[in-house]
Amino acid sequence: MPRWLAHTIVVILFAALIALAFSRVDYAWNWAGVWEYRQKFLQGFGVTVALSLASLVASTLIGIVAAVLLGSKNVMLEAVGRVYVELIRGTPLLVQLLLGFYVVASAVGLENRYVVGVLVLALFSGAYMAEIFRGGLAAIPQTQRDSARAIGLTPWQSLRLVILPQAVRLVLPAVAGQFVSLIKDSSLLSVIAVSEFTLAAQEVNSFTYSTLESYLPLAAGYLLLTLPLSALSRLLERRYRYEM
Amino acid sequence: MLLDIHNLVQRFGTNTVLDGLALQTGDVRALVLVGPSGGGKSTLLRILAGLDVPVAGSVAFDGEQLPRDEPALREYRRTVGTVFQAYNLFPHLTALENLLMPLIHVHGLSEPEARARVREPLERFGLADHAHKRPAELSGGQKQRIAILRALVVQPKRLFLDEPTSALDPEMTAEVLEMIGELKELGTQFVLVTHEMGFARRAADEVAFVGDGRVLAHGPPAEIIDRSDVPRVRSFFARILS
Repeated sequence: MPRWLAHTIVVILFAALIALAFSRVDYAWNWAGVWEYRQKFLQGFGVTVALSLASLVASTLIGIVAAVLLGSKNVMLEAVGRVYVELIRGTPLLVQLLLGFYVVASAVGLENRYVVGVLVLALFSGAYMAEIFRGGLAAIPQTQRDSARAIGLTPWQSLRLVILPQAVRLVLPAVAGQFVSLIKDSSLLSVIAVSEFTLAAQEVNSFTYSTLESYLPLAAGYLLLTLPLSALSRLLERRYRYEM
Repeated sequence: MLLDIHNLVQRFGTNTVLDGLALQTGDVRALVLVGPSGGGKSTLLRILAGLDVPVAGSVAFDGEQLPRDEPALREYRRTVGTVFQAYNLFPHLTALENLLMPLIHVHGLSEPEARARVREPLERFGLADHAHKRPAELSGGQKQRIAILRALVVQPKRLFLDEPTSALDPEMTAEVLEMIGELKELGTQFVLVTHEMGFARRAADEVAFVGDGRVLAHGPPAEIIDRSDVPRVRSFFARILS
C-alpha cells in the first residue's frame, strides 16, 4: 500500500473517532456565530505567521552566537553562554514572557509588546538552538578537522568547506523540530495581549461562548503551518542523508 | 630524507607523552615507527606532520627546521601529506571532489588543471570507477586509498601515515599496504606508524621503536624486529609475533 494512502486512511479513521465522540455529547454546534468572526481569525493567523518568522530568524542567530560562546576557550565567554542556556531552558516560557514584558521591558522603557514578544520568544528558542548546534558540531569527528588542517586549509576555509556543510546536515531534523515548537509556543504571547492567532480564538470564544468552534479552527490553523514544515524537513533530510 | 630530532617534549595537561625524544636517521625513503599504544608514536607523527607544536625540542627534515608558529606550519603542511586511521575523507563530497579540493582551494589550480592531474593516479590505482561515489559508498580499503591519493596529488615532499590500516580487515589491509609499497617503488618518501610488522620488515629502510615517550631502539628493520638487544623491545616483538 502506498504511504500516502495509509496516512489518509489513518487520518480519516481518527477524524471518524473524534466525530463519534462528539456525536455522543449533547453539544449545540454554533459554527455560524464563529464564522462571523472569520476576519479576526485571519488577522490573528497573519500576526502569528509574522511573529514566528521573525522569532525563527532571530533565534537562529542567537543560537549560533550562544553555540560559539559555549565552545569558547575563554572561561568568561563560556560562562555567559552556559548561564544563558541553563536559565532559559530551566524556566517556563510563560514566566519568561511575564517577567520579560512586565518587569524588564518596562524598566528599559520598551513598550511595544510585539517587539518584546518576538525578543522573548527568540531568546527562548535560541537556547535550545544553541544546544542543537553544539551537538551537531561535536558529532563531527575530530579527524575531519585534522584532515582539513593537514591539507593546509585556513580555519575559515575549514569552517566553510568542511565543518559547516556537515553540521548543517546533522542538525537539520532537530532545527526543523525546533521551528515547529516555536510556532506553537508563539501562542503563549497571548498572555501579554499580543493579538495573535490564539488570542483571537480566545476572544471569539468569549463573545460567542462556542468553545469547540473557536478552538478547533485554531488547531487546524497551526497544523496548516507545522505540517508543511515537517514535510519539508523530511524531504531535506532524505536528500541530504543520501549525500552523506 | 634525513630526519634529525633533538630533545622533543610534548605534554597534554599534566601528561608528558614525549619525554626528551631524540632520533637521527640516515637518508631513508621509508621510516616506520612501531611500539606500544600510548607510547608516543602518533603524538610524534603529528608533530612531524606539522599538526601539533611540541613543548620543547627541535625537528629538522633534510636540515630544514620545522617552524613553531601556526601560519608557517600551515605553509609546511601544504608541502606534505598526512593520512589518518579513519574519517579522512569529507563525507559530503564525492571521492573525486575530495581529491580536487586541496588542489583547487589550497594550491590554486583551476578545475580543469586539477581534474587532469588526478586522472592518471586514479587510473593507476584502480580507483577511477569509484571516483564519483561518496565515501559512504566506498569500502574501507577504497576510502583509505583515496585518502592516500588526496595526500599524493598535491605532490608532497613526504607522506605521514598514522596506522592507515588499523581499522581495516585483512583483505583491505593488504590492498592499502600494496599501494604504499608501490608508492615506495615510485620514490615517495614516508613516515609510517603501523602495527603491520610483516610490512615493516619488507618496506622500511629504518625502524624506530617508540615507547615511554622516547626512541628505545632504532635501526634496520630486521635488527629491530628480530634481533633487538633492548629487553623491552625484544619482549614486545616476542609477544606480538608469536
